[in-house]
Amino acid sequence: MKLWRDEFSIETAHERYVARRQFGKFLVLTSFGMFVGNVWILVKSWFRRDEVFPRTLVGRASEIPKGGVKLFTYPGPQHPCLLFHTQSDRFVAYSQKCTHLSCAVIPAADGKRIECPCHHGFFSIEDGRVLQGPPPRPLPRILLERQGDELWAFGVDQGGNPSVDSRVQG
Amino acid sequence: MSDQPQTARGLTALDGAISLIAILLVVQMWLLTATLEAYLAGHVEVATPGVVLSGLLFAASFGFYRSIVTIDRAASGEDEA
Repeated sequence: MKLWRDEFSIETAHERYVARRQFGKFLVLTSFGMFVGNVWILVKSWFRRDEVFPRTLVGRASEIPKGGVKLFTYPGPQHPCLLFHTQSDRFVAYSQKCTHLSCAVIPAADGKRIECPCHHGFFSIEDGRVLQGPPPRPLPRILLERQGDELWAFGVDQGGNPSVDSRVQG
Repeated sequence: MSDQPQTARGLTALDGAISLIAILLVVQMWLLTATLEAYLAGHVEVATPGVVLSGLLFAASFGFYRSIVTIDRAASGEDEA
């Protein structure tokens, strides 16, 4: 049987079969697309394991009063972050991109939470976990280290390692 | 008209195989979204099992597709042509 007859059936009775066969082919191609997507995630995860973060001075403890916040970028200029001096006298920093749809999060009026104004998602200011709303994951935490008055960022925890404590005592 | 029962059986088998592929595809879609969600949350260790499972699902879908082609040809009598 010639290939063109497979694809363009002339007889009506055959058309029904070919339509089902074509539908099956479409499903299998979509399945292949899903497989390629999983391979892409695997390749990306290999690069993420080897990711090296720079060590960057992000602020000074003395310039942020208790309950204050400072905007900075880390690890690159296209990644805005927020540095908080919490009411419990700790310094914490998070990515400013909401994990829902990447809106810029802001400190909530009560000073204890971080708010995403787009869809009213709320995160804990102490550890970045989701308190309310549609965000599916905690805010990525910027790992901080204090040297005297200086606060240095040295990495990003996406939330996969709960044992990491990125908070710095004030 | 004598091959009508064979055609009907072929169509039932085709419907069954296509339904199975569709179910596998839904599972694969869920697997992809779950793997992506875990990856974005920093759990990179799930990527390898995700690829293996997705590959198995794709292989199964492809196997069912090959059976569709075989059954389809047999039911429509193309092999005799």
